[in-house]
Amino acid sequence: MSSFFSGWSWKMAWRDARSNKKRLFVYISAIIIGVAAQVAITSFRDSLNTTIDNQSKELLGADLEIETEQAPPDTLTSYFKKLGGEQAQITEFPSMVLFPKEGNSRLSNIRALKGNFPFYGSLETIPAAAASHFKSDTTALVDQALMTQFNIEVGDSVKVGRLTLAISGAITKVPGEAAAASMIGPRVFIPHSILDSTNLIQRGSRIEYKQYFKFSDGRDLDPIETKLDSLEESLAIDIDYETVEERREEIGEAVGNLGKFLNLVGFIALLLGGIGVASSIHVYINQKIETASVLRCFGASSNQTMSIFLIQAVVLGFLGALAGTILGIGLQYLLPGLVSDFLPVTVELTVSWLAIGLGLFTGTGVALAFALLPLLALRKSSPLYALRTIEKSITSLLSRKTKVIIYFIITLTVMGYASLLTESLLIGTVFTVGMLVSFGLLLLVAKGLMILVRRFFPSHWTYVWRQGLANLYRPHNQTTTLMLSLGLGMLLVSTLYFSQDMLMKELDFATREDAPNLIFFDIQPDQNQGINEILNEQNAPVIQNVPMVTMRLDSLRGRGTQEIAEDTTTEVRGWALRREYRSTYRDSLISSETLLKGEWIGQAPDTGRVPVSAAKEIAEDLNLSVGDFLTFDVQGVPIEAYVGSIREVDFQRVQPNFFMLFPTGVLEPAPQIYVTVTRAPNQEVSAKLQQSVVRKYPNVSAINVSRILETINQFIDKISFAIQFMALFSIVTGLIVLASSVATSRFQRIKESVLLRTIGASKKQILQILSVEYLFLGILSALTGLILSLGATGLLGYFYFDITFTPNLWVIFVGTAVLTGLTILIGMFNSRSIYKKTPLEVLRKEAT
Amino acid sequence: MGSKPILEVTNLTQQFNNGDHKLTVLDHVDFSVQEETICSVVGPSGSGKTTLLGLCAGLDRPTLGEVSLNGVPLGPLNEDERAEVRNKHVGFVFQTFQLVPTLTALENVMVPLELRGRRSSEVQHEAEELLKKVGLADRFQHYPTQLSGGEQQRVAIARAFINEPKILFADEPTGNLDEETGSKIEDLLFDLNRSLGTTLILVTHDLSLAQQCQRIIRLKNGKIFKDEWVTTPEAEQLK
Ligand SMILES: Nc1ncnc2c1ncn2[C@@H]1O[C@H](COP(=O)(O)OP(=O)(O)OP(=O)(O)O)[C@@H](O)[C@H]1O
Ligand SMILES: [Mg+2]
Repeated sequence: MSSFFSGWSWKMAWRDARSNKKRLFVYISAIIIGVAAQVAITSFRDSLNTTIDNQSKELLGADLEIETEQAPPDTLTSYFKKLGGEQAQITEFPSMVLFPKEGNSRLSNIRALKGNFPFYGSLETIPAAAASHFKSDTTALVDQALMTQFNIEVGDSVKVGRLTLAISGAITKVPGEAAAASMIGPRVFIPHSILDSTNLIQRGSRIEYKQYFKFSDGRDLDPIETKLDSLEESLAIDIDYETVEERREEIGEAVGNLGKFLNLVGFIALLLGGIGVASSIHVYINQKIETASVLRCFGASSNQTMSIFLIQAVVLGFLGALAGTILGIGLQYLLPGLVSDFLPVTVELTVSWLAIGLGLFTGTGVALAFALLPLLALRKSSPLYALRTIEKSITSLLSRKTKVIIYFIITLTVMGYASLLTESLLIGTVFTVGMLVSFGLLLLVAKGLMILVRRFFPSHWTYVWRQGLANLYRPHNQTTTLMLSLGLGMLLVSTLYFSQDMLMKELDFATREDAPNLIFFDIQPDQNQGINEILNEQNAPVIQNVPMVTMRLDSLRGRGTQEIAEDTTTEVRGWALRREYRSTYRDSLISSETLLKGEWIGQAPDTGRVPVSAAKEIAEDLNLSVGDFLTFDVQGVPIEAYVGSIREVDFQRVQPNFFMLFPTGVLEPAPQIYVTVTRAPNQEVSAKLQQSVVRKYPNVSAINVSRILETINQFIDKISFAIQFMALFSIVTGLIVLASSVATSRFQRIKESVLLRTIGASKKQILQILSVEYLFLGILSALTGLILSLGATGLLGYFYFDITFTPNLWVIFVGTAVLTGLTILIGMFNSRSIYKKTPLEVLRKEAT
Repeated sequence: MGSKPILEVTNLTQQFNNGDHKLTVLDHVDFSVQEETICSVVGPSGSGKTTLLGLCAGLDRPTLGEVSLNGVPLGPLNEDERAEVRNKHVGFVFQTFQLVPTLTALENVMVPLELRGRRSSEVQHEAEELLKKVGLADRFQHYPTQLSGGEQQRVAIARAFINEPKILFADEPTGNLDEETGSKIEDLLFDLNRSLGTTLILVTHDLSLAQQCQRIIRLKNGKIFKDEWVTTPEAEQLK
């Protein structure tokens, strides 16, 4: 170690580096982008966390939120009164809104507001004053995105239920909610005072009653939570509450996941860069064997000689990390634009010292880690090599054991770092294993390629082709390096692309000719007939028209759901116990359902338990088997049932599907609403249908499936843009690695090319030889990467999305062509000095 | 002439494995060289001269036998300890020059002294003097690729001299030089021997140079074929 700090080592390091500056820069440039990605994301995450911490009260808009799914009973309202503080109330539910201006309608998220919510932060509108006035002048606030979509302006009107209101402002920001929320359910605020006159609060609608509190005395919320828990028990209703702290954690977690994912993508870029550094340093050190040997001849110790190059690696790594860090800090300012739609807060960007430290440390670390192998090998180089040049690669001097240890250390470091980034050992391990497998496969292909080309060498080909092909396996070839870096880059980018393609295709089902595309729900029994008539008038087929009864699970196998939920030893999922079940009743199964176990009974017996059919998914979550007893609470009336059968349901069909299916003869008297599924031949008819239904039955909601698909498309587009932006780092790194390994090989091939020139090869021939080599490398690494990504996407589809993946051959073709073209182009550009300068000039200049 | 042997070679054998057959390059070579002697090693190409020189300087380990430099057997020493011995006592001029390509002529010459821990400002003057002596006064800042073969050889010789070694091994020191420069270098070498008592081991094809030495060791097929003391007037004079 002492020789690392000796002045002589540093002086020699500098002397050796000064004439190689350009070349050394190429070596480290590969890590710059990777470090930049890490720093940008870490810094952005840091800023985001700080912002969330600073604005935590604004995220909830209050100190406490209490939510119930039914109008709070008197006991609860009187408790609210007792709590005091400042209070506000929001009644929130989905409903159609209609814009009479052009007759457009859209399912929206209606919020009837009473009081001064939000207490913290603000509801931002254009004009700003509208946010406070709309309650007193009885107007509505409408999501800006929705207004833009339908060409609505402030002053136009909106019909909510029975009421038509003037729009006094466009909502631009609701505290604690991301802009993307408007894509899912556009928000419409109305004054609470007119809620009843909309006539939208009816039985069966899904309504959330939210009560907001602001306590200026900074009181302890724990006793309130305890009291609410006991009220929940005694009143037998669901009471959810949320404090600022809880909201902050919730949002922090969601945002954290996004950050972790982006960080991982950035880390891949860094790893790619590491590979680039490794291969360049390897070649570089290989060329320094003679120098090292000469120094050894004159008395330098093995540590002294190694220190010279160790210092170079550390300093260069640090400089690369520094450049990457600076670039990353700059890039940070681009990130908010990419993801701001998904963030509930406006991020206040700060320069994060954590990110800077991390960037400098990891950048230097990666450069050093990947330089370790050749550096350690250099210690083993003997002074003898000054007498007789060594023909092998320098790393062959290391024992197998040393190599295994170094690889192990690198793998462990990668795993540790990935786990640190994702805060999950499992993900870190899976990531590392995935990378190892990809590496292994790419290496295998590279080695196999070299063996194959050698074995089946086409000796009858022309000289240029033979020479180019032979370059793939000759000593100091770049096959392995380029296959790894290009193949891995290709793998990443195309996996992203394929996954997106796969998801998009899956969503295309709705454009099929006969698929349903319009769903009406919340239809009261007395409206059902009328709606069917409207559909008939417009020649829209009633594809499905089913009754729906809401119920809750009361007990399971004789144990109360409350009891099971509290029992941590059961495998039953909590949400499945507490959720509201919307069930239908029929006498037969339909085409999207297949019986898996038990027997389907279509008619309930007159007495005794009712045989119900459970969908496979819910049966798994509730751990149900055929014959298990269930008790449902159908809006106050208990119904004793048992699992008669378990069936598979194709949930991807556009139609209402049910977890619990009842036979006929039980639920008919229960309060119910209807769902109707139809297909409108085009958007025009679809709009007309919705309009006529909503005009006549304001409480009925419609889902335009094509609209939803559009929304999902937009959503995926936005997300995948963010992901692609990150993948871009990998691509750019891949290209830099490509450029640097081409540059590296140039130094190796220089003498040879010059020799060829000297003995009479034309520029054209040399160019051709090089392009043949890059052609093969490009095609093969692209294909390998693509094939691996097909596998990866297939697995992703199978295990994660549950979709079978059919690859788009066109993409494969274009991908291969683009990568190959780029490889040749960069290869040629980097080798230009070989054919542009005179042989002697090249020898004099580049031989050092 | 001193009485202590500076170099002792006993039973030195070097074999290389070339695939399945063994190539014996040096075959049980024995000799010793007294301090302050000028000794030349001659022999046809491929006879093992460079190999012998490398072993004597501790650059490689023999298959069999022992080399002692200045009374210290090299066998038990590890690589770093040998490097130290070389730095203190040995100079080496390579057949292929072996200048460090990224260092200037001046820096190449300074390396051995810098390795001893001396500051470059201290040694720069000595290096400059040496380079002037070999006729490269205006080439200090040139890189090896910017020098001719003969100039590179002269830098290599200056580098070998700078630590005033007790023993200097030179593999074809004048092989690439014209007669005039060659004899300049020869004078330099003999000068060093005269003023500092440096022992010289010269590998050469140049019979006239060999004739100027006190002793000629002739190698053939890895064996010492003839080991004779020269009685030319010049050699006589040196004694
Ligand atoms: N590492 C090695 N592996 C195999 N053979 C070797 C090795 N080193 C040297 N040789 C062989 O040993 C023989 C002697 O080589 P050496 O370089 O010592 O000859 P030399 O006498 O210096 O010849 P020249 O006058 O041409 O320089 C040669 O035939 C060479 O091929
Ligand atoms: Mg030789």
